[in-house]
Amino acid sequence: MMLTELTIAAAQGGLRRREFSAEELVGAHVAAIDRLNGRLNAFITVTSEQALDAARRADAILAGGGDAPALTGIPLGIKDLFCTDGVRTTAASRMLEEFVPPYESTVTANLLADGAVFVGKTNLDEFAMGSANITSAFGSVENPWKRAGDAETVLVPGGSSGGSAAAVAARLAMGATGTDTGGSIRQPASYCGIAGIKPTYGRCSRWGTIAFASSLDQAGPMARTVEDCAILLQSMAGFDTRDSTSVDIAVPDYRAACGRSLKGMKVGIPAEYRVAGMPAEIEVAWEQGIAWLRDAGCEIVEVSLPYTKYGLATYYIVAPAECSSNLARYDGVRFGRRVPGASLDELYEATRREGFGAEVRRRILMGTYVLSAGYYDAYYLRAQKVRNLIRKDFENAFQTVDVLLTPTAPSPAFAQGEKMDDPVQMYLNDVFTVPASMAGVPAMSVPAGLSASGLPLGLQVIGRSFDEESVFAAASALERAAGFTHRPAVRAEVV
Amino acid sequence: MTYLIEGRDGPWELVVGLEVHAQVISQSKLFSGASASYGGEPNTHVSLVDAGFPGMLPVINRECVAQAVRTGLGLKARVNLESRFDRKNYFYADLPTGYQISQFTHPIIGEGAIEIELADGSTRMIGITRLHLEQDAGKSMHDQDPARSFIDLNRAGVALMEIVSEPDIRSPEEAGAYLRKLRMILRYLGTCDGNMEEGSMRADVNVSVRKAGEPFRTRCEIKNVNSIRYVMQAIEVEAVRQVEIWESGGSVDQETRLFDPARSETRSLRSKEDAHDYRYFPDPDLLPLVIEEAWVQDLAAHLPELPDAKRQRFQDEYGIPRYDAGVLVAEQATADFYETVARGRDPRLAANWVIGDFFAALNRTGRTIQDSPISADALGGMLDLITDGTINGKIAKDVFEEMLESGESAAEIVERKGLRQVTDTGAIDAAVQAVLDKNPDKLAEYRSGKDKLFGFFVGQVMKAMAGKGNPALVNEALKKVL
Repeated sequence: MMLTELTIAAAQGGLRRREFSAEELVGAHVAAIDRLNGRLNAFITVTSEQALDAARRADAILAGGGDAPALTGIPLGIKDLFCTDGVRTTAASRMLEEFVPPYESTVTANLLADGAVFVGKTNLDEFAMGSANITSAFGSVENPWKRAGDAETVLVPGGSSGGSAAAVAARLAMGATGTDTGGSIRQPASYCGIAGIKPTYGRCSRWGTIAFASSLDQAGPMARTVEDCAILLQSMAGFDTRDSTSVDIAVPDYRAACGRSLKGMKVGIPAEYRVAGMPAEIEVAWEQGIAWLRDAGCEIVEVSLPYTKYGLATYYIVAPAECSSNLARYDGVRFGRRVPGASLDELYEATRREGFGAEVRRRILMGTYVLSAGYYDAYYLRAQKVRNLIRKDFENAFQTVDVLLTPTAPSPAFAQGEKMDDPVQMYLNDVFTVPASMAGVPAMSVPAGLSASGLPLGLQVIGRSFDEESVFAAASALERAAGFTHRPAVRAEVV
Repeated sequence: MTYLIEGRDGPWELVVGLEVHAQVISQSKLFSGASASYGGEPNTHVSLVDAGFPGMLPVINRECVAQAVRTGLGLKARVNLESRFDRKNYFYADLPTGYQISQFTHPIIGEGAIEIELADGSTRMIGITRLHLEQDAGKSMHDQDPARSFIDLNRAGVALMEIVSEPDIRSPEEAGAYLRKLRMILRYLGTCDGNMEEGSMRADVNVSVRKAGEPFRTRCEIKNVNSIRYVMQAIEVEAVRQVEIWESGGSVDQETRLFDPARSETRSLRSKEDAHDYRYFPDPDLLPLVIEEAWVQDLAAHLPELPDAKRQRFQDEYGIPRYDAGVLVAEQATADFYETVARGRDPRLAANWVIGDFFAALNRTGRTIQDSPISADALGGMLDLITDGTINGKIAKDVFEEMLESGESAAEIVERKGLRQVTDTGAIDAAVQAVLDKNPDKLAEYRSGKDKLFGFFVGQVMKAMAGKGNPALVNEALKKVL
């Protein structure tokens, strides 16, 4: 049995039936990391020893019989944006190269409480700013997928949760945490042929997760099946008094929602997502998804989200504005990198120049600009108004439909080096994912098929606020219909 | 009385508005669980939130909100059921997150007013523009080491109320009266200890001058003045400086200045051009602060009686003069002390003793009412002895001094020293007769019409009785025989 091929759902059963031990399960993934991480660079920090220790403890618990917590012995990758107690947490930045937090984020604490085993901290774009995982101070991540007939070209895994997506796709972890600010879970999931959900804003606590844009950041799971995502989100989600934007609503049984019948579900197809210049194969995948949902008993409804076209522009005002303020704390005074200077201002300048990469600096500059006196009204205030209109768009649509179906990204994974000269081209990758972030609604990417070049394409299901259940139901119906069994060229069992 | 600055070409009027930063009395900080208490070794009252660690989030402290609402109610101000927190962005080493969480566009408290009273007994209303909640910064120490600066974050994140007045103040005296009255209200409410020396209350002073009838001219802001006296001095010298500039044909630049009490002058700190661009925007980590009307009502119902109301009640209930009532309510502790003394006793006698001998004794001994050597009950007990005739007023003064020294009760002292007033008419008559016998010449003078000598005889009798004679009975006995 290839332990690295198992789903989390299957491994839960296998561990409880003692078909294999947690040590074997975790060991198989640790071995895969040892073999492949040098190439993929999916992990910034690998915690093999701690993981194997945790696995042995998990085995003791499993051997005791009774009710072992749901994730006991399940090896997961943790995006290196979640603070982990005693384990270096870098945000993929020179600024935090040596930073070891003395605290555990709420989301990872929830997973640990449910028995999960962390095999390492996954790579990402620096401070989660990027769509290709090429801005990490610890080097780019390689997408484990290859174009058909082209084993050489290195493709990007998407971003910012590119390390998590690559690790899960290559079977280095059974699942991983991601964070999504404008598509950072969904777009890399789509590029790497896995599932990933950004839950409703407020569903997962942000406490202990390094902030990029506070009003948009939301943690979520990435895994190879919709059901595995449901299992992980069940553990990650929940109200937290330490996060004022966390919402006190009961977390329903997500796993049960995955098998739910879609009979009578209304699925909206937003006209505005048919953007000019969208590759035909994306269009085809979308039409196929529509057909699958119709076959599953859904009613398909054309809907309009007229403010969609302002989504990206609005996002690139709001997110940098918040980031420019959130990242002010990295000043070399209390923790993290410090580059000495003759004066306080020189210390700030030297520290931030050396500590931040080009993309982070670009966004801090943009954000500082849009908040400046004289520009605030024209940019930030107007963007907030448009954001409200985008939110209203979704509210209106959800008056008539239960979920929306769109492509996740306008293209399959592209090659390292492509789209890199022009930041705006790079930002366009998020055109389909940003609106749901702006509205705070849950959205999931699920693999739907392969492009002509043999690369995975994802479809996105968007739901009402706090109705992740309908999203899981529709996504798992798509998953069943797609029967996506393709695997990347680079993966654990390939020697 | 109008305060005018006499310039070369006529009088100038003064325009002042005050921004007071009042540290909120609370167990913990505005957005973290760390202790908000004063003192403590540097960096011992600091949570990860206060230090701005990655991923840390602010959570509003309900008690600090309640304190702001109480203060708003005490200032008869509008309480905004919905308010918001904004980030004020600037870099400084003692500002861990790089921004201060404050309320810029939507403060928790809106317009209110404070009535001030001036030395001549006149009163004026000074408008309150707003009160908002914000975080304090930490403290930078540049004098500990030749090359390095040190940072103490104990104060970082402690809740402040910024209380902004309208530019209604027209003289240094009014500014002083405003600050004293505001401090009195805050202390009554228990929302700020008003201790300017420890920095728990600080004032930014906005000063401009103008000719009568003109619109406002450019103002300067004098930052962080830490005593009422300095505020008054700063206004005075800044106004003169501005008048000189205008009269010499220059114009006043809008800028931030510092007051140097040693030289009694203000100095430019930074001009408008160097002013920070604070890039205010709503803090995305905090939802709008929504409070319930019922909660506000409940806080209102439990507010203590405030100085103006108490003063009026003292006048009405105790029949004491307005001035005395004002003295007694200046501090809550004094008012409470007085009420304890006055309860069930002659309130005017109580007021005279508290304001007179008691205050004098505190002054003399350097004690405060909190550590007074004579408790309100002890003073009351002494008044009881006066009222029931056990001692007379003169003896009472001696008894009071003895109480001050020994801490004994009045009754104990009277007993121990045998100071009980003599009301035995036989004893008084005997003393009267002895005095008359000893002073036949004076008696003759009196009888020949020198009425003024009556006082001499009273004094002699009292002296003979070691002051213990009941004055009324002594008078009566003397009249009878004379």
